[in-house]
Amino acid sequence: MAAEGSSIDALSQFRLGHGLGEVGRSVNFTNANEIMLLAAALILGLLYFGMRERAMVPGRLQALAETFYDFVYNMCIDQIGEEGKKFFPFVFTLFSFILFGNLLGLFPYFFTFTSHLAVTGALALLVIVLVTVVALRYHGLHFFSYFFPAGAPKLLAPLIIPIEILSYLSRPVSLSIRLFANMTAGHVMFEVFASFMIMLATALGVIGYVMALGPLVLNVALMGFELLVAFLQAYVFAILTCIYLHDAVHLH
Amino acid sequence: MPTDDQDEASFERRLAAARERHGLEKRAAADGPGEERLPVNPLALMFRVGVELVSALVVGVAIGFALDRWLGTRPWFLALFVVLGGAAGVLNVWRLVAPRPERAGRK
Repeated sequence: MAAEGSSIDALSQFRLGHGLGEVGRSVNFTNANEIMLLAAALILGLLYFGMRERAMVPGRLQALAETFYDFVYNMCIDQIGEEGKKFFPFVFTLFSFILFGNLLGLFPYFFTFTSHLAVTGALALLVIVLVTVVALRYHGLHFFSYFFPAGAPKLLAPLIIPIEILSYLSRPVSLSIRLFANMTAGHVMFEVFASFMIMLATALGVIGYVMALGPLVLNVALMGFELLVAFLQAYVFAILTCIYLHDAVHLH
Repeated sequence: MPTDDQDEASFERRLAAARERHGLEKRAAADGPGEERLPVNPLALMFRVGVELVSALVVGVAIGFALDRWLGTRPWFLALFVVLGGAAGVLNVWRLVAPRPERAGRK
């Protein structure tokens, strides 16, 4: 994935390949799927091995698992209210899957599946379908009053209703684009700075090696920033899911 | 080393706090969604505003385009839905930055 000549090939890292050798090739099992499975396995492993001891005073792994659980649980209760408990498993799954996907993507040679719009789009669609179904179950057809704010002049209905519906439909789009764009942008920046290093070293010899320290330092700093972004984007995705669920349950 | 009494009191206090946090005790329900808890870092907010605007527009264009293809009325629905999508984007941004009481009063 180095720079060929003077061009910077920053996007080839997002190309899907096949995982698991011949078997993977024959069933179209991609490298993104590999990391997804790894993320799922790590989450299950963390919870299983973390909670196996059930110690009164938690060890490191148990403390991590409990903090993780508590964090998402509190988020659900804070955002959705009493009913948040029902949606906790969904939000927890979503949050942990995205978080582990983002974090695993930061390892060299690992694929960042959250940098694919197909993946984030599917997750966002899942959220929005669930939110709509929940709203319909809680409120029945009364749900459609959501699209017309009470007290607005009836005359404006033809204008307000389409706008509200579009605003509702734009939720999955903004949800998926936000995660996808953040992850993609971060990884492109990594690639670009890394390419600078190689270009400097090959073009300028010894002086280039010294100058290549600049991009290297930037990449190190960027890695810290990307760790923050990986966590923050998973958090934002989960908390917006909670807010949408709150809207669905309480309908304002 | 704390005496048993202190231990007990501290435990009760923490238990009550935890129970409240987990919604086991009913609390005043009217605290609404905490959208203000979202990261208030200006850069992140700027990015969110941009995404909200663009995504509503994208949905508008997509619906307009699809309706036009279906009904063969190009470009009328596209023109209409671009405007509606832009308005929905502004609405999204307003929801994002609107001061709290305003938001509670609406809807």
